Amino acid sequence: MKLAYWMYAGPAHIGTLRVASSFKNVHAIMHAPLGDDYFNVMRSMLERERNFTPVTASIVDRNVLARGSQEKVVDNITRKDAEEHPDLIVLTPTCTSSILQEDLANFVERASIEAKADVLLADVNHYRVNELQAADRTLEQIVRYYIEKARKRGELPAGKSDSPSVNIIGISTLGFHNHHDCTELKRLMADLGIEVNAVIPEGASVHEIKNMPRAWFNLVPYRELGLMSASYLEQEFGTPCIDITPMGVVETARCIRKIQQVINAQGGNVDYEEFINNQTLHVSQAAWFSRSIDCQNLTGKRAVVFGDSTHAAAMTKILAREMGIHVVWAGTYCKNDEEWFRKEVSEYCDEVIITEDHGLIGDAIAKAEPSAIFGTQMERHVGKRLDIPCGVIAAPIHIQNFPIGYKPFLGYEGTNQVADLVYNSFTLGMEDHLLEIFGGHDTKEVITKGISADSDLGWTKDGQAELNKIPGFVRGKVKRNTEKFARERGFKEINVEVLYAAKESVGA
Amino acid sequence: MTVAPDTLTFECETGNYHTFCPISCVAWLYQKIEDSFFLVIGTKTCGYFLQNALGVMIFAEPRYAMAELEEGDISAQLNDYDELKRLCLQIKRDRNPSVIVWIGTCTTEIIKMDLEGLAPKLEGELGIPIVVARANGLDYAFTQGEDTVLAAMALRCPEKNPVAESEKIERNAISKLMNFGRNKEDVAIQESEYVKHPPLVLFGSLPDPVVTQLTLELKKQGIKVSGWLPAKRYTELPVLEEGYYVSGVNPFLSRTATTLMRRRKCKLIGAPFPIGPDGTRAWVEKICSVFGITPKGLDEREALIWEGIEDYVKLIRGKSVFFMGDNLLEISLARFLVRCGMTVPEIGIPYMDKRYQAAELALLEKTCHEMGVPLPRIMEKPDNYNQLQRIYELKPDLVITGMAHANPLEARGINTKWSVEFTFAQIHGFGCARDVLELVTRPLRRNNNLKDLGWANLVKSEAKV
Repeated sequence: MKLAYWMYAGPAHIGTLRVASSFKNVHAIMHAPLGDDYFNVMRSMLERERNFTPVTASIVDRNVLARGSQEKVVDNITRKDAEEHPDLIVLTPTCTSSILQEDLANFVERASIEAKADVLLADVNHYRVNELQAADRTLEQIVRYYIEKARKRGELPAGKSDSPSVNIIGISTLGFHNHHDCTELKRLMADLGIEVNAVIPEGASVHEIKNMPRAWFNLVPYRELGLMSASYLEQEFGTPCIDITPMGVVETARCIRKIQQVINAQGGNVDYEEFINNQTLHVSQAAWFSRSIDCQNLTGKRAVVFGDSTHAAAMTKILAREMGIHVVWAGTYCKNDEEWFRKEVSEYCDEVIITEDHGLIGDAIAKAEPSAIFGTQMERHVGKRLDIPCGVIAAPIHIQNFPIGYKPFLGYEGTNQVADLVYNSFTLGMEDHLLEIFGGHDTKEVITKGISADSDLGWTKDGQAELNKIPGFVRGKVKRNTEKFARERGFKEINVEVLYAAKESVGA
Repeated sequence: MTVAPDTLTFECETGNYHTFCPISCVAWLYQKIEDSFFLVIGTKTCGYFLQNALGVMIFAEPRYAMAELEEGDISAQLNDYDELKRLCLQIKRDRNPSVIVWIGTCTTEIIKMDLEGLAPKLEGELGIPIVVARANGLDYAFTQGEDTVLAAMALRCPEKNPVAESEKIERNAISKLMNFGRNKEDVAIQESEYVKHPPLVLFGSLPDPVVTQLTLELKKQGIKVSGWLPAKRYTELPVLEEGYYVSGVNPFLSRTATTLMRRRKCKLIGAPFPIGPDGTRAWVEKICSVFGITPKGLDEREALIWEGIEDYVKLIRGKSVFFMGDNLLEISLARFLVRCGMTVPEIGIPYMDKRYQAAELALLEKTCHEMGVPLPRIMEKPDNYNQLQRIYELKPDLVITGMAHANPLEARGINTKWSVEFTFAQIHGFGCARDVLELVTRPLRRNNNLKDLGWANLVKSEAKV
């Protein structure tokens, strides 16, 4: 057993559901007790999703515990098939159902006979993989299923597209700024004259999967989702995979040069050097920002970085290499990616921390006393406690990390967004610090003469105690209203009963 | 359209509905019981739910934690007792609570972890009371979590007052608050404000300001509340002797009520719940009638409240409201809204205890007859998919539902109110009637402001196959 109240990566089924509900017309059915369909709330709330999340639960209750699910799961699958006509139904086990050891594979087999939709059982072990690993695995499972299905039917396309084309793999629902990143990547591909063959899973239909072999290469922007699918496609069709995250000026250039190399190796003839140069010097402001006086002031400032391996590694490199900031330590909670992470960031920070323990990270922040933190929502709150500004760069995230405005982290517009994020985090800290030196804002107290300033009304202790329980921002109003009420009725002192009588009379 | 029946009809659907897991009760209970620590013994799934459901509370160093089960715990390679002891020792060292509440989950049920057996042994070793509540999703929905915790706590209430009579009064935090800073004689005079009646203990966790208001409400009738289950601190749990009277303030407390009756030999006052001015009045009247007291001033009091909320009632009079059902407050809220002049085609509810809610159901039926509106259909264990089809057909003016459906329904031009807010807002007593309507009318007021923009329907219409 582990004592914890916060986790960085969710349970496995969340990953499976993220992939399933990213696809168009794919429905997931969870084999789960009541209340485990919390995913629907998250998606509806965080993504402000207009459509119903295509996830339902086949409820595991006391009866199922006693007799097994029997027909229930099969019925729920065939029912959903008739109601929604999905292309694919993914039966998703949860940690509860995985201990029951019901033969879910058998249910899937029986249901596929009746259902028009394809039916798959998500193949994930709840006690061994987390949300991110499960998402990666599920995506690969779906890709493999539809490639093999097409192969059986002889529907696989012959050869590659005429002009260079790409599959973007790993854009998903509830991913950190995924929608904006996707737009930015499509824009970048258009600028490079590369056709986008498919984007999966977000917004894709499973029928598009069979055309994925047409692409000249696969681009996997995030390490957490898509690498398994890309390596499967590489094995089957020799499609090269580019897994350099185009985040930051240097990495974006490196990613584009790799694309150039891959295209030219397949008989293309492209030269992107001029494009990179132009973007770097004139389109992205980040390169100029790093030369400007503002950024000079950041030189040698101390920062710490924590997040998923993609964002934490990219951020560490941007801070150290592009802005001259001293990264005291960088860390990730993606334990399975430890080797890669260490290799990527070791030369850019003093120390590497790999952990899933939020307490340990909190302590490490307190010990390092950085001027700014770049981390998840948890680190933001640690920052609040310690009075250190924090820029959020990775999941877990809250609703404010799903902005409506265009805020990619990848590509050239991404470099601008990241520069703003960094700069704003540091200046805020600086402002605070100066205020402290000069003794805060204007400290003259504003003296308002409230109605009660010269009143003869006294508050009894119980009345005062109850008043103090009222939230600060309305307390003044409640106090004034109560005193007005008491005066009108000729009370000499205000106790708890008068307070509530007043509340009722005002109806507030 | 179905024809409305003339008595309440009860139906039961598939139970494929969305609600919060009952372990969410730790969110409000750890705040209510100030010296407690809640340990949820479950998996990553439970932890992730709490982390997301409790949002901001997580970061305030909460007095709850997960005992996250790992593969070794599931396959019994690790010893439950040793593991729990290790964690509870750590909790004792870091927080030193007066009670540790173990929340059992689906996983502990399935692997048959004997929490009730382990707790007394560990309690002896640690010297801290350990209360076990099985608030799991296999058996319960959302607010029923509190019910399982309070039922377990009911067994821990002291049997007899070990202290002298004069100090007995001081046990009770409310009266302490009322008597704060007064001298003994004043307190004695105050005692005479009460009618002589057998001790009354109220059960249900409410925010302190609401506790104060309801206590004062009964005081006006000369009724003294001897204690609340739960109290502000575990060490202040009320005394329960055989023959004490008890009354519930929330509709989801069936198990607690049963436990108090059967195990503690208390007498249950079955009343409608003090939600809305009509409910509050009925609740006070019922308690008065049990103690043979003629209630005074309730007519004027209720009329005054209705007067005060007329501006809100105007907004909803004649409109319809559909409860999808997820927190068991539905019957009481529907009854209050019918009294406000709304019609209710359907009340979804996770679990319907007809005995515990008998008085509330009777009041709902009576209210519908008096207001001349058709009786609602009460749908136990609803099926959300079927409900959505009914909503499309009925086009209600307001749907009270969980967050999973709220945004998609709004996008389809249907006003919604997020149901969970009713469990966290202050909705009990005369003084909070306005707060309930504040919630109910908010979507209507908001959408009134936007109504001329022509943006009601924001989804591309789907081709119906």
